[in-house]
Amino acid sequence: MSAPPKISIRGLKKHFGLKKVLDGIDLDVGVGESVVIIGGSGTGKSVLLKCILGLLEADGGSIKIDGQEVVGLRSAEREKINRKFGMLFQSAALFDSLSVWENVAFGLIQGQKMARKEAKEIAVTNLAQVGLAREVGELSPAELSGGMRKRVGLARAIATTPEIIFFDEPTTGLDPIMSDVIDKLIVKCVRELGATGVSITHDMKSARQIANRIAMLHEGKIIWQGPVSDIDRDTNPYVDQFVHGRADGPIQMQVRK
Amino acid sequence: MTNPLAIIGRIFLHFLGVVGRIAMFTGVSVSHCFRPPWFPALIGRQMLDIGYFSLPVVGLTALFTGMVLALQSYTGFARFSAEGAVATVVVLSVTRELGPVIAGLMVAGRIGASMAAEIGTMRVTEQIDALTTLSTNPYKYLVAPRLIAGLTMLPLLVVVADIIGVFGGYIVGVYKLGFNPAAYLKRTFDYLEFMDVFSGLVKAGAFGFLISLMGCYHGYNSEGGAQGVGRATTNAVVSASILILIFNYAITEIFFATR
Repeated sequence: MSAPPKISIRGLKKHFGLKKVLDGIDLDVGVGESVVIIGGSGTGKSVLLKCILGLLEADGGSIKIDGQEVVGLRSAEREKINRKFGMLFQSAALFDSLSVWENVAFGLIQGQKMARKEAKEIAVTNLAQVGLAREVGELSPAELSGGMRKRVGLARAIATTPEIIFFDEPTTGLDPIMSDVIDKLIVKCVRELGATGVSITHDMKSARQIANRIAMLHEGKIIWQGPVSDIDRDTNPYVDQFVHGRADGPIQMQVRK
Repeated sequence: MTNPLAIIGRIFLHFLGVVGRIAMFTGVSVSHCFRPPWFPALIGRQMLDIGYFSLPVVGLTALFTGMVLALQSYTGFARFSAEGAVATVVVLSVTRELGPVIAGLMVAGRIGASMAAEIGTMRVTEQIDALTTLSTNPYKYLVAPRLIAGLTMLPLLVVVADIIGVFGGYIVGVYKLGFNPAAYLKRTFDYLEFMDVFSGLVKAGAFGFLISLMGCYHGYNSEGGAQGVGRATTNAVVSASILILIFNYAITEIFFATR
Protein backbone atom coordinates (compact mmCIF):
# COMPACT_ATOMS: atom_id res chain seq x y z
CA MET A 1 0.00 0.00 0.00
CA SER A 2 1.42 3.40 -0.96
CA ALA A 3 2.01 6.13 1.65
CA PRO A 4 -0.85 8.63 2.12
CA PRO A 5 -0.30 11.92 0.26
CA LYS A 6 1.13 14.93 2.10
CA ILE A 7 -1.40 17.16 0.35
CA SER A 8 -4.67 15.81 -1.01
CA ILE A 9 -7.04 18.09 -2.93
CA ARG A 10 -10.46 16.95 -4.08
CA GLY A 11 -13.11 18.88 -6.02
CA LEU A 12 -11.66 22.26 -5.02
CA LYS A 13 -13.76 25.19 -6.20
CA LYS A 14 -13.22 28.92 -6.01
CA HIS A 15 -14.98 31.70 -7.84
CA PHE A 16 -14.80 35.49 -7.76
CA GLY A 17 -18.20 36.93 -8.60
CA LEU A 18 -19.41 35.08 -11.68
CA LYS A 19 -15.92 34.00 -12.73
CA LYS A 20 -15.05 30.39 -11.88
CA VAL A 21 -11.32 30.31 -11.19
CA LEU A 22 -10.99 26.80 -9.77
CA ASP A 23 -13.59 24.35 -11.01
CA GLY A 24 -13.09 21.05 -9.26
CA ILE A 25 -9.35 20.55 -8.78
CA ASP A 26 -8.12 17.06 -7.87
CA LEU A 27 -4.44 16.78 -7.00
CA ASP A 28 -2.27 14.68 -4.69
CA VAL A 29 1.28 15.55 -3.64
CA GLY A 30 3.28 12.75 -2.06
CA VAL A 31 5.72 13.04 0.86
CA GLY A 32 9.06 14.40 -0.35
CA GLU A 33 7.71 14.93 -3.85
CA SER A 34 8.22 18.13 -5.84
CA VAL A 35 5.17 19.01 -7.92
CA VAL A 36 5.17 21.97 -10.29
CA ILE A 37 1.85 23.40 -11.41
CA ILE A 38 2.09 25.07 -14.80
CA GLY A 39 -0.46 27.10 -16.73
CA GLY A 40 -0.93 30.41 -18.45
CA SER A 41 -1.40 33.72 -16.70
CA GLY A 42 -4.80 34.04 -15.01
CA THR A 43 -5.55 30.30 -14.98
CA GLY A 44 -5.78 30.18 -11.18
CA LYS A 45 -2.36 28.87 -10.16
CA SER A 46 -1.85 31.51 -7.47
CA VAL A 47 -5.46 31.10 -6.28
CA LEU A 48 -4.87 27.36 -5.86
CA LEU A 49 -1.74 28.03 -3.81
CA LYS A 50 -3.53 30.64 -1.68
CA CYS A 51 -6.39 28.20 -1.00
CA ILE A 52 -3.90 25.56 0.24
CA LEU A 53 -2.13 28.18 2.40
CA GLY A 54 -5.45 29.42 3.83
CA LEU A 55 -5.00 32.91 2.42
CA LEU A 56 -8.23 32.43 0.44
CA GLU A 57 -11.27 30.48 1.61
CA ALA A 58 -12.32 27.76 -0.86
CA ASP A 59 -15.97 27.77 -1.96
CA GLY A 60 -16.15 23.99 -2.09
CA GLY A 61 -14.17 20.79 -2.08
CA SER A 62 -11.53 19.46 0.26
CA ILE A 63 -7.87 20.11 1.04
CA LYS A 64 -6.16 17.68 3.40
CA ILE A 65 -2.69 18.18 4.85
CA ASP A 66 -1.34 14.96 6.37
CA GLY A 67 -4.91 13.70 6.31
CA GLN A 68 -6.32 16.70 8.22
CA GLU A 69 -9.04 18.72 6.52
CA VAL A 70 -8.01 22.39 6.39
CA VAL A 71 -10.92 23.97 4.48
CA GLY A 72 -12.93 26.02 6.99
CA LEU A 73 -10.36 25.75 9.81
CA ARG A 74 -10.49 28.40 12.53
CA SER A 75 -7.56 30.81 12.65
CA ALA A 76 -5.79 29.28 15.69
CA GLU A 77 -5.88 25.79 14.15
CA ARG A 78 -4.86 27.27 10.81
CA GLU A 79 -1.78 28.83 12.44
CA LYS A 80 -0.75 25.37 13.68
CA ILE A 81 -1.08 23.89 10.18
CA ASN A 82 0.82 26.86 8.70
CA ARG A 83 3.82 25.97 10.91
CA LYS A 84 4.37 23.07 8.50
CA PHE A 85 4.64 25.51 5.60
CA GLY A 86 7.37 27.63 4.09
CA MET A 87 6.64 29.97 1.22
CA LEU A 88 8.74 31.82 -1.33
CA PHE A 89 6.61 34.63 -2.77
CA GLN A 90 6.90 35.89 -6.32
CA SER A 91 8.11 39.28 -5.13
CA ALA A 92 9.88 37.68 -2.12
CA ALA A 93 7.52 39.77 0.11
CA LEU A 94 10.30 40.74 2.52
CA PHE A 95 9.26 42.99 5.42
CA ASP A 96 10.62 46.47 4.64
CA SER A 97 10.73 47.51 8.28
CA LEU A 98 13.06 44.68 9.29
CA SER A 99 16.67 43.92 8.42
CA VAL A 100 17.51 40.93 6.22
CA TRP A 101 18.42 38.62 9.12
CA GLU A 102 15.26 39.64 11.01
CA ASN A 103 13.25 38.72 7.92
CA VAL A 104 14.89 35.30 7.77
CA ALA A 105 14.47 34.74 11.50
CA PHE A 106 10.89 36.09 11.64
CA GLY A 107 9.21 32.67 11.76
CA LEU A 108 11.61 31.51 14.47
CA ILE A 109 11.19 34.61 16.68
CA GLN A 110 7.46 35.22 16.24
CA GLY A 111 6.19 31.74 15.36
CA GLN A 112 8.45 29.58 17.55
CA LYS A 113 9.29 32.19 20.23
CA MET A 114 13.03 31.58 19.85
CA ALA A 115 15.49 34.00 21.50
CA ARG A 116 16.74 36.66 19.04
CA LYS A 117 20.41 35.77 19.49
CA GLU A 118 19.84 32.09 18.73
CA ALA A 119 17.48 32.94 15.84
CA LYS A 120 20.09 35.27 14.35
CA GLU A 121 22.69 32.49 14.23
CA ILE A 122 20.20 30.21 12.45
CA ALA A 123 19.34 33.05 10.05
CA VAL A 124 23.03 33.55 9.24
CA THR A 125 23.37 29.80 8.55
CA ASN A 126 20.31 29.92 6.28
CA LEU A 127 21.72 32.94 4.46
CA ALA A 128 24.97 31.01 3.92
CA GLN A 129 22.93 28.10 2.50
CA VAL A 130 21.59 30.40 -0.22
CA GLY A 131 25.03 31.89 -0.86
CA LEU A 132 24.74 35.16 1.06
CA ALA A 133 27.39 36.47 3.46
CA ARG A 134 26.77 37.29 7.12
CA GLU A 135 27.08 41.04 6.38
CA VAL A 136 24.06 40.89 4.05
CA GLY A 137 22.00 40.07 7.11
CA GLU A 138 22.49 43.60 8.45
CA LEU A 139 21.20 45.25 5.25
CA SER A 140 17.65 46.42 4.67
CA PRO A 141 15.60 44.62 1.96
CA ALA A 142 15.52 47.87 -0.04
CA GLU A 143 19.29 47.60 -0.52
CA LEU A 144 19.09 44.19 -2.24
CA SER A 145 18.93 43.28 -5.94
CA GLY A 146 16.05 41.14 -7.29
CA GLY A 147 18.14 37.96 -7.19
CA MET A 148 19.31 38.63 -3.64
CA ARG A 149 15.75 39.29 -2.53
CA LYS A 150 14.71 35.89 -3.90
CA ARG A 151 17.60 34.25 -2.08
CA VAL A 152 16.60 35.94 1.17
CA GLY A 153 12.99 34.88 0.54
CA LEU A 154 14.20 31.31 0.07
CA ALA A 155 16.31 31.50 3.25
CA ARG A 156 13.21 32.72 5.12
CA ALA A 157 11.11 29.91 3.62
CA ILE A 158 13.50 27.21 4.87
CA ALA A 159 14.44 28.81 8.21
CA THR A 160 11.68 27.10 10.18
CA THR A 161 12.55 23.70 8.59
CA PRO A 162 9.07 23.34 7.09
CA GLU A 163 7.59 20.05 5.92
CA ILE A 164 6.07 21.62 2.80
CA ILE A 165 7.56 24.52 0.83
CA PHE A 166 5.59 26.51 -1.73
CA PHE A 167 7.26 28.49 -4.50
CA ASP A 168 5.26 31.14 -6.34
CA GLU A 169 6.87 31.94 -9.72
CA PRO A 170 10.39 31.59 -8.24
CA THR A 171 12.23 32.76 -11.36
CA THR A 172 9.93 35.51 -12.62
CA GLY A 173 11.78 38.76 -13.26
CA LEU A 174 15.25 37.23 -13.01
CA ASP A 175 17.90 36.93 -15.72
CA PRO A 176 18.54 33.37 -17.07
CA ILE A 177 21.70 32.85 -15.01
CA MET A 178 20.09 33.99 -11.75
CA SER A 179 17.02 31.86 -12.62
CA ASP A 180 19.27 28.83 -12.89
CA VAL A 181 20.95 29.70 -9.58
CA ILE A 182 17.57 30.00 -7.83
CA ASP A 183 16.29 26.74 -9.38
CA LYS A 184 19.39 24.88 -8.20
CA LEU A 185 19.07 26.41 -4.72
CA ILE A 186 15.44 25.33 -4.54
CA VAL A 187 16.31 21.75 -5.48
CA LYS A 188 19.22 21.72 -2.99
CA CYS A 189 17.24 23.21 -0.10
CA VAL A 190 14.18 20.99 -0.61
CA ARG A 191 16.39 17.89 -0.87
CA GLU A 192 18.43 18.78 2.23
CA LEU A 193 15.28 19.40 4.26
CA GLY A 194 13.54 16.33 2.89
CA ALA A 195 10.55 18.58 2.37
CA THR A 196 7.61 18.35 -0.02
CA GLY A 197 7.64 21.06 -2.68
CA VAL A 198 4.77 22.69 -4.56
CA SER A 199 5.71 25.30 -7.15
CA ILE A 200 3.74 27.33 -9.64
CA THR A 201 5.43 28.72 -12.70
CA HIS A 202 5.06 29.29 -16.41
CA ASP A 203 8.83 29.02 -16.90
CA MET A 204 9.24 25.54 -18.46
CA LYS A 205 13.00 25.47 -17.97
CA SER A 206 12.50 26.09 -14.28
CA ALA A 207 9.68 23.52 -14.10
CA ARG A 208 11.86 20.81 -15.70
CA GLN A 209 14.64 21.54 -13.21
CA ILE A 210 12.56 21.64 -10.02
CA ALA A 211 9.84 19.07 -10.62
CA ASN A 212 9.46 15.34 -10.09
CA ARG A 213 5.95 15.69 -11.43
CA ILE A 214 4.13 18.40 -13.39
CA ALA A 215 0.42 19.26 -13.37
CA MET A 216 -1.12 21.62 -15.90
CA LEU A 217 -3.96 23.92 -14.93
CA HIS A 218 -6.32 25.26 -17.57
CA GLU A 219 -9.72 26.92 -17.14
CA GLY A 220 -9.88 25.93 -13.48
CA LYS A 221 -9.14 22.23 -13.97
CA ILE A 222 -6.03 20.04 -13.92
CA ILE A 223 -6.02 18.91 -17.55
CA TRP A 224 -2.80 16.92 -17.42
CA GLN A 225 -0.38 15.56 -14.85
CA GLY A 226 2.53 13.21 -15.05
CA PRO A 227 6.26 12.73 -14.50
CA VAL A 228 8.47 15.54 -15.73
CA SER A 229 10.07 13.20 -18.29
CA ASP A 230 6.69 12.68 -20.00
CA ILE A 231 5.78 16.28 -20.66
CA ASP A 232 7.84 16.74 -23.82
CA ARG A 233 6.50 13.50 -25.35
CA ASP A 234 2.85 14.10 -24.53
CA THR A 235 0.40 14.55 -27.37
CA ASN A 236 -2.19 16.55 -25.42
CA PRO A 237 -2.65 19.63 -27.66
CA TYR A 238 -2.97 22.02 -24.68
CA VAL A 239 0.24 20.71 -23.09
CA ASP A 240 2.03 20.71 -26.43
CA GLN A 241 1.05 24.35 -27.13
CA PHE A 242 2.05 25.52 -23.65
CA VAL A 243 5.34 23.63 -23.45
CA HIS A 244 6.44 24.90 -26.86
CA GLY A 245 5.08 28.40 -26.28
CA ARG A 246 3.01 28.63 -29.46
CA ALA A 247 0.46 31.38 -30.02
CA ASP A 248 -1.69 29.08 -32.18
CA GLY A 249 -3.54 26.19 -30.63
CA PRO A 250 -6.49 25.35 -28.42
CA ILE A 251 -5.42 27.75 -25.62
CA GLN A 252 -6.73 31.20 -26.40
CA MET A 253 -5.09 33.95 -24.36
CA GLN A 254 -7.57 36.19 -22.60
CA VAL A 255 -6.99 39.85 -23.28
CA ARG A 256 -9.48 40.93 -20.60
CA LYS A 257 -10.00 39.60 -17.09
CA MET B 1 -33.78 53.86 -18.37
CA THR B 2 -32.33 53.08 -14.96
CA ASN B 3 -34.86 53.03 -12.14
CA PRO B 4 -33.89 55.70 -9.54
CA LEU B 5 -35.19 53.44 -6.76
CA ALA B 6 -32.85 50.69 -7.95
CA ILE B 7 -29.92 53.10 -7.79
CA ILE B 8 -30.87 54.17 -4.25
CA GLY B 9 -31.27 50.52 -3.30
CA ARG B 10 -27.85 49.62 -4.70
CA ILE B 11 -26.19 52.52 -2.87
CA PHE B 12 -27.94 51.56 0.37
CA LEU B 13 -26.91 47.91 0.03
CA HIS B 14 -23.34 48.96 -0.72
CA PHE B 15 -23.39 51.20 2.37
CA LEU B 16 -24.67 48.34 4.52
CA GLY B 17 -21.96 46.09 3.10
CA VAL B 18 -19.24 48.61 4.02
CA VAL B 19 -20.67 49.06 7.53
CA GLY B 20 -20.79 45.26 7.96
CA ARG B 21 -17.20 44.82 6.79
CA ILE B 22 -15.95 47.59 9.10
CA ALA B 23 -17.92 46.10 12.02
CA MET B 24 -16.41 42.64 11.41
CA PHE B 25 -12.92 44.10 11.02
CA THR B 26 -13.40 46.04 14.28
CA GLY B 27 -14.68 42.96 16.13
CA VAL B 28 -11.78 40.76 15.06
CA SER B 29 -9.19 43.50 15.70
CA VAL B 30 -10.52 44.40 19.16
CA SER B 31 -10.67 40.75 20.17
CA HIS B 32 -6.97 40.44 19.32
CA CYS B 33 -6.20 43.45 21.57
CA PHE B 34 -7.33 41.36 24.56
CA ARG B 35 -5.73 38.03 23.64
CA PRO B 36 -2.02 37.17 23.94
CA PRO B 37 0.52 37.21 22.51
CA TRP B 38 0.96 40.98 22.55
CA PHE B 39 3.83 42.75 20.86
CA PRO B 40 5.14 45.35 23.35
CA ALA B 41 7.93 46.54 21.03
CA LEU B 42 5.44 47.21 18.22
CA ILE B 43 2.98 48.91 20.58
CA GLY B 44 5.84 51.08 21.88
CA ARG B 45 6.92 52.04 18.37
CA GLN B 46 3.38 53.01 17.42
CA MET B 47 3.00 55.00 20.65
CA LEU B 48 6.17 56.89 19.81
CA ASP B 49 4.97 57.56 16.29
CA ILE B 50 1.47 58.65 17.27
CA GLY B 51 2.31 60.43 20.52
CA TYR B 52 5.82 61.85 20.47
CA PHE B 53 6.23 62.58 16.77
CA SER B 54 2.80 64.23 16.53
CA LEU B 55 3.63 66.65 19.33
CA PRO B 56 5.04 69.46 17.12
CA VAL B 57 2.09 69.59 14.73
CA VAL B 58 -0.52 69.22 17.47
CA GLY B 59 1.27 71.72 19.71
CA LEU B 60 1.51 74.35 16.97
CA THR B 61 -2.13 74.04 15.93
CA ALA B 62 -3.26 74.14 19.58
CA LEU B 63 -1.14 77.24 20.25
CA PHE B 64 -2.57 79.21 17.33
CA THR B 65 -6.10 77.95 17.98
CA GLY B 66 -5.89 79.24 21.57
CA MET B 67 -4.52 82.57 20.37
CA VAL B 68 -7.20 83.05 17.71
CA LEU B 69 -9.90 81.99 20.15
CA ALA B 70 -8.83 84.68 22.62
CA LEU B 71 -8.94 87.36 19.93
CA GLN B 72 -12.28 86.26 18.44
CA SER B 73 -14.04 85.81 21.77
CA TYR B 74 -12.74 89.23 22.88
CA THR B 75 -14.24 90.76 19.71
CA GLY B 76 -17.62 89.19 20.50
CA PHE B 77 -17.67 89.75 24.26
CA ALA B 78 -16.53 93.37 23.96
CA ARG B 79 -19.93 94.11 22.36
CA PHE B 80 -21.61 93.13 25.64
CA SER B 81 -18.90 94.50 27.90
CA ALA B 82 -18.14 90.93 28.97
CA GLU B 83 -14.42 90.88 28.09
CA GLY B 84 -13.69 89.26 31.46
CA ALA B 85 -15.16 85.98 30.21
CA VAL B 86 -12.47 85.55 27.56
CA ALA B 87 -10.20 83.36 29.75
CA THR B 88 -13.10 81.10 30.76
CA VAL B 89 -14.33 80.75 27.18
CA VAL B 90 -10.84 79.91 25.97
CA VAL B 91 -10.23 77.19 28.56
CA LEU B 92 -13.70 75.62 28.17
CA SER B 93 -13.55 75.69 24.36
CA VAL B 94 -10.07 74.22 24.27
CA THR B 95 -10.58 71.44 26.81
CA ARG B 96 -14.11 70.41 25.83
CA GLU B 97 -13.98 70.85 22.09
CA LEU B 98 -11.08 72.32 20.20
CA GLY B 99 -8.22 70.40 21.85
CA PRO B 100 -9.56 66.93 21.00
CA VAL B 101 -11.02 67.87 17.61
CA ILE B 102 -7.96 69.77 16.35
CA ALA B 103 -5.58 67.10 17.67
CA GLY B 104 -7.82 64.39 16.21
CA LEU B 105 -7.94 65.97 12.75
CA MET B 106 -4.20 66.67 12.68
CA VAL B 107 -3.35 63.12 13.79
CA ALA B 108 -5.87 61.72 11.28
CA GLY B 109 -3.95 63.49 8.52
CA ARG B 110 -0.54 62.48 9.81
CA ILE B 111 -1.02 59.01 11.28
CA GLY B 112 -4.15 57.74 9.53
CA ALA B 113 -2.51 58.36 6.16
CA SER B 114 0.78 56.77 7.18
CA MET B 115 -0.92 53.66 8.63
CA ALA B 116 -3.03 53.17 5.49
CA ALA B 117 -0.01 53.65 3.23
CA GLU B 118 2.22 51.29 5.23
CA ILE B 119 -0.34 48.50 5.65
CA GLY B 120 -1.65 49.04 2.10
CA THR B 121 1.86 48.64 0.67
CA MET B 122 2.29 45.49 2.77
CA ARG B 123 -0.99 44.19 1.33
CA VAL B 124 -0.14 44.80 -2.35
CA THR B 125 3.41 43.46 -1.98
CA GLU B 126 2.12 40.26 -0.30
CA GLN B 127 3.83 41.05 3.00
CA ILE B 128 0.54 40.48 4.88
CA ASP B 129 0.19 37.07 3.18
CA ALA B 130 3.80 36.38 4.20
CA LEU B 131 2.91 37.11 7.85
CA THR B 132 0.13 34.52 7.69
CA THR B 133 2.41 31.88 6.18
CA LEU B 134 4.89 32.58 9.00
CA SER B 135 2.18 31.68 11.56
CA THR B 136 1.72 35.30 12.63
CA ASN B 137 -1.80 36.68 12.70
CA PRO B 138 -1.75 40.02 10.83
CA TYR B 139 -4.57 41.43 12.98
CA LYS B 140 -2.50 40.76 16.08
CA TYR B 141 0.80 41.92 14.60
CA LEU B 142 -0.31 44.94 12.55
CA VAL B 143 -3.74 46.13 13.68
CA ALA B 144 -3.94 45.53 17.45
CA PRO B 145 -0.74 47.50 18.33
CA ARG B 146 -1.98 50.48 16.31
CA LEU B 147 -5.43 50.41 17.94
CA ILE B 148 -3.92 50.23 21.44
CA ALA B 149 -1.45 53.03 20.66
CA GLY B 150 -4.13 55.26 19.10
CA LEU B 151 -6.52 54.75 22.00
CA THR B 152 -3.92 55.54 24.66
CA MET B 153 -1.77 58.22 23.03
CA LEU B 154 -4.38 60.65 21.74
CA PRO B 155 -5.66 61.51 25.26
CA LEU B 156 -2.05 62.26 26.29
CA LEU B 157 -1.59 64.41 23.20
CA VAL B 158 -4.80 66.25 24.03
CA VAL B 159 -3.60 66.98 27.57
CA VAL B 160 -0.58 68.67 26.00
CA ALA B 161 -2.77 70.39 23.39
CA ASP B 162 -5.08 71.69 26.14
CA ILE B 163 -2.17 73.19 28.07
CA ILE B 164 -0.60 74.78 24.98
CA GLY B 165 -3.98 76.05 23.72
CA VAL B 166 -4.75 77.73 27.05
CA PHE B 167 -1.21 79.13 27.07
CA GLY B 168 -1.84 80.59 23.56
CA GLY B 169 -4.97 82.31 24.86
CA TYR B 170 -2.99 83.59 27.86
CA ILE B 171 -0.27 85.11 25.63
CA VAL B 172 -2.83 87.01 23.53
CA GLY B 173 -4.94 87.91 26.58
CA VAL B 174 -2.02 89.32 28.54
CA TYR B 175 0.32 90.75 25.90
CA LYS B 176 -2.18 91.81 23.23
CA LEU B 177 -5.45 92.51 25.03
CA GLY B 178 -3.91 93.85 28.22
CA PHE B 179 -5.41 91.47 30.82
CA ASN B 180 -3.76 91.21 34.20
CA PRO B 181 -1.79 87.89 34.17
CA ALA B 182 -2.94 86.78 37.64
CA ALA B 183 -6.55 87.73 36.93
CA TYR B 184 -6.46 85.89 33.60
CA LEU B 185 -5.15 82.71 35.23
CA LYS B 186 -7.67 82.99 38.08
CA ARG B 187 -10.50 83.31 35.54
CA THR B 188 -9.08 80.34 33.65
CA PHE B 189 -9.14 77.96 36.60
CA ASP B 190 -12.10 79.32 38.61
CA TYR B 191 -14.71 77.95 36.23
CA LEU B 192 -12.86 74.91 34.94
CA GLU B 193 -14.42 71.63 36.14
CA PHE B 194 -13.18 68.07 36.07
CA MET B 195 -15.85 67.07 33.55
CA ASP B 196 -14.62 69.70 31.08
CA VAL B 197 -11.22 68.02 30.86
CA PHE B 198 -12.58 64.48 31.24
CA SER B 199 -15.10 64.81 28.38
CA GLY B 200 -12.30 66.05 26.12
CA LEU B 201 -10.12 63.09 27.03
CA VAL B 202 -12.94 60.61 26.39
CA LYS B 203 -13.36 62.19 22.96
CA ALA B 204 -9.62 61.95 22.38
CA GLY B 205 -9.58 58.23 23.20
CA ALA B 206 -12.47 57.61 20.81
CA PHE B 207 -10.83 59.69 18.07
CA GLY B 208 -7.50 57.89 18.49
CA PHE B 209 -9.24 54.53 18.15
CA LEU B 210 -11.17 55.70 15.06
CA ILE B 211 -8.05 57.10 13.37
CA SER B 212 -6.13 53.85 13.85
CA LEU B 213 -9.14 51.75 12.86
CA MET B 214 -9.71 53.65 9.61
CA GLY B 215 -6.00 53.67 8.75
CA CYS B 216 -5.72 49.92 9.34
CA TYR B 217 -9.04 49.02 7.69
CA HIS B 218 -8.41 50.90 4.47
CA GLY B 219 -4.77 49.79 4.30
CA TYR B 220 -5.63 46.17 5.03
CA ASN B 221 -8.26 46.07 2.30
CA SER B 222 -6.37 48.03 -0.34
CA GLU B 223 -5.89 46.44 -3.74
CA GLY B 224 -4.66 47.37 -7.17
CA GLY B 225 -1.05 48.45 -6.67
CA ALA B 226 0.14 52.01 -6.09
CA GLN B 227 -3.17 53.53 -7.15
CA GLY B 228 -5.02 51.33 -4.67
CA VAL B 229 -2.67 52.34 -1.85
CA GLY B 230 -3.20 56.02 -2.76
CA ARG B 231 -6.96 55.51 -2.66
CA ALA B 232 -6.72 53.72 0.69
CA THR B 233 -4.69 56.60 2.12
CA THR B 234 -7.23 59.20 0.98
CA ASN B 235 -10.15 57.10 2.24
CA ALA B 236 -8.47 56.59 5.61
CA VAL B 237 -8.02 60.33 6.20
CA VAL B 238 -11.45 61.35 4.87
CA SER B 239 -13.38 58.63 6.73
CA ALA B 240 -11.46 59.23 9.99
CA SER B 241 -12.10 62.99 9.75
CA ILE B 242 -15.82 62.52 9.11
CA LEU B 243 -16.15 59.95 11.90
CA ILE B 244 -14.31 62.30 14.28
CA LEU B 245 -16.88 65.04 13.62
CA ILE B 246 -19.83 62.62 13.95
CA PHE B 247 -18.51 61.03 17.15
CA ASN B 248 -17.65 64.48 18.48
CA TYR B 249 -21.32 65.41 18.33
CA ALA B 250 -22.45 62.04 19.70
CA ILE B 251 -20.10 62.16 22.72
CA THR B 252 -20.92 65.83 23.36
CA GLU B 253 -24.63 64.91 23.30
CA ILE B 254 -24.04 62.11 25.83
CA PHE B 255 -22.13 64.41 28.23
CA PHE B 256 -24.70 67.16 27.63
CA ALA B 257 -27.51 64.79 28.63
CA THR B 258 -25.71 63.65 31.79
CA ARG B 259 -24.48 67.06 32.93
